[in-house]
Amino acid sequence: MKMFKMAAVLAASVALPSVAGATDLEVTHWWTSGGEAAAVAEFAKAFDATGNKWVDGAIAGSGDVARPIIISRIMGGNPMGATQLNPGKDADELIKAGLMQDITDLATKEDWAHLLRPKSQLDSCTVDGKVYCVPVNLHSGQWMWTNRKVFTDLGMTPPKDFNELMADAPALQKAGIQPLSLAQGWPVGLLVQDITVALAGVDNFVKVYKDRDIGIASGPEFTKVFEAVAAARQYAPADKMVPQWNEAIGLVIQGKAAANIMGDWAGGEFQVAHMVAGKDYDCLPGLGITPVLNTGGDVFYFPKSADPKITEAQLVLAHTLVTKEAQLAFNLKKGSLPMRADVDLSAANDCMKKGLQILDHSTAVFPNDSQMMDRDSLNQISDLMTEFMANTDMTPAQAQAKFVDIIKNAPK
Amino acid sequence: MDRPNPLFRNLWSKIAALPMMLIVLVVFVGGTAWTVLFSFTNIKIVPIFTPREWVNGFIGLANYQRLFNTDRWMNCPGLTHIGRSDWEPTCMGALPNVVTYVILAVVLSMSLGFVLAVLMDQKIRAEGLFRTIYLYPFALSFIVTGHVWAWIMSPEYGLQASVRAMGWTSFDFGWIADRHMVMYAIAVAGIWQGTGLVMALMLAGLRGIDEDIWKAARVDGIPAWRTYLQIVLPMMKPVLVTTFVIVCSGAVRIYDLVVALTDGGPGISSDVPTRYVYTNFSANLGQSLSASTVMLVTMAVLLIPWIRMEFGKKSQG
Repeated sequence: MKMFKMAAVLAASVALPSVAGATDLEVTHWWTSGGEAAAVAEFAKAFDATGNKWVDGAIAGSGDVARPIIISRIMGGNPMGATQLNPGKDADELIKAGLMQDITDLATKEDWAHLLRPKSQLDSCTVDGKVYCVPVNLHSGQWMWTNRKVFTDLGMTPPKDFNELMADAPALQKAGIQPLSLAQGWPVGLLVQDITVALAGVDNFVKVYKDRDIGIASGPEFTKVFEAVAAARQYAPADKMVPQWNEAIGLVIQGKAAANIMGDWAGGEFQVAHMVAGKDYDCLPGLGITPVLNTGGDVFYFPKSADPKITEAQLVLAHTLVTKEAQLAFNLKKGSLPMRADVDLSAANDCMKKGLQILDHSTAVFPNDSQMMDRDSLNQISDLMTEFMANTDMTPAQAQAKFVDIIKNAPK
Repeated sequence: MDRPNPLFRNLWSKIAALPMMLIVLVVFVGGTAWTVLFSFTNIKIVPIFTPREWVNGFIGLANYQRLFNTDRWMNCPGLTHIGRSDWEPTCMGALPNVVTYVILAVVLSMSLGFVLAVLMDQKIRAEGLFRTIYLYPFALSFIVTGHVWAWIMSPEYGLQASVRAMGWTSFDFGWIADRHMVMYAIAVAGIWQGTGLVMALMLAGLRGIDEDIWKAARVDGIPAWRTYLQIVLPMMKPVLVTTFVIVCSGAVRIYDLVVALTDGGPGISSDVPTRYVYTNFSANLGQSLSASTVMLVTMAVLLIPWIRMEFGKKSQG
């Protein structure tokens, strides 16, 4: 009897959701830290309000962990309803293989081309004139975060850019403070790329990554970059590295390290620690040298499904993600910038406002590396930079030569 | 004259084994064949399967060429200078790293495991307790082992910091942050985890030795250590071979321990082939396939002589 009851309850729990007429849509993403989970819950809430059901498929770990899982599921014929991915070439092959849902009709109907900015985001969702993904937010990785108190305690003025930080570094080190904190893995690649953009300039960065300009990659502009990285690596040696980016930011918050280079998502950590931008800490876009931001960000793709009900729910979700309310609620919690210009952001903090200002002058906005080059080549560059940071025997000239080789061999 | 066809002998057991045989053929043999064949194509992210795609995508040995020109896979700066005065016998990269690790794991965990088993064999008190203690690390996953040792060996917070705080300021155990020592750090954790199992296997082997052998050796006045080394050890050959295969195959496929302990760092100095295969999986499948094939060939070169020696002999005898 007891067994029968339990079986009945089990059967009901499986059968009931489908009875309600709503469609369950599994959504995979890698937003698992506190703030991120709270942000994505806003999307889930908005989608559930349409009468459908958001089935959360969070994958713990960074994009490097989740990306292979997501791609292999789509490829293996077991697609989810919708999935987060970074915009760019990651999904290109999947689109070419016909595995992704085309949402052009919705995009034209709602006029996303005028609604969403900057243009580059929707462009990277567009393949051969057809739209395949929805951009939901803008993130930028070019920020230097400094703890003002560390400098004022030592009688120094807090640095206004990366060069000033490097000049202050020996004095900081003498006082027992790590000039630059750094986390293992992808933050190393981000650091090097930020230095590249700041020192070589956006134009040269794009020329090398997009147009594969070998002359510039092997020229003096990039030599300067590799020399700056070689100077920075002595302040962030392997035995001072921490496993996660938020621990590296934590060192800055605690005053054990003076600065860290990280994307705008680090701002959330300072907020949690009740620090005030401009008073307790500084956020310097483009490392304070070239105030520019890239337009990385998150997008949602919709793998093709044979079930018309799923397809219908996918379009409802695509519509929901760009509504004003969902955009505002999500981005305030995520610390990222919304895609729509008509969202009221008076509740945003100073760093977000700084970012918005740069975004409005769209000449200072440049595409994400994954929008310009294939993942294979980017992985090789990241391997090279990781090795260059850790291996003090490798000279800037050697690293630059290897870098030029990768650029040369990267498929167009 | 009408002897039954040997194919139909034990017909039902053969039918029962058929599903398993099919799975082995399709999944293992088929998968391996696909891996090797398509490592010669320009396969990128989306897998391809048909002969036509194979012909269209054929690029010969280009994947292997790139593999061996990649610092992450193998980087032997001194190798081209052999015979010259500036030759240095150091190799970095995933392939040399796993060779180092396999040698260390096999030699150290097998000798340590044997010594522990011999000590355990001395009819000590509370043997069950000690056996549990030594076997316990094996119950942990490599991820847990890796994280625990990452804390112990962390130069900032771990053993090094504690010992230095006690006064021995020159104490140096920052292996996981040292490019040249990091593989030894990984070996320490791996051996800590695996030795217990080796001990248990060896102990079973020791217990399988006939008591009379010991009595005879004692009558002849042979010291215990010589009995172990020259009589018992050769008699344990089947156990030793089994242990060797287990330890060896476990060491070659090392992945989770590296990911948890160093994630290939510092730089790329503790990368291993499995990690190389995995990180290329969603970016360049061709690299993954050719790296897997190199691992397969390496293992085959090591194992085939042994298989021939072991099984070839039996069929003759």
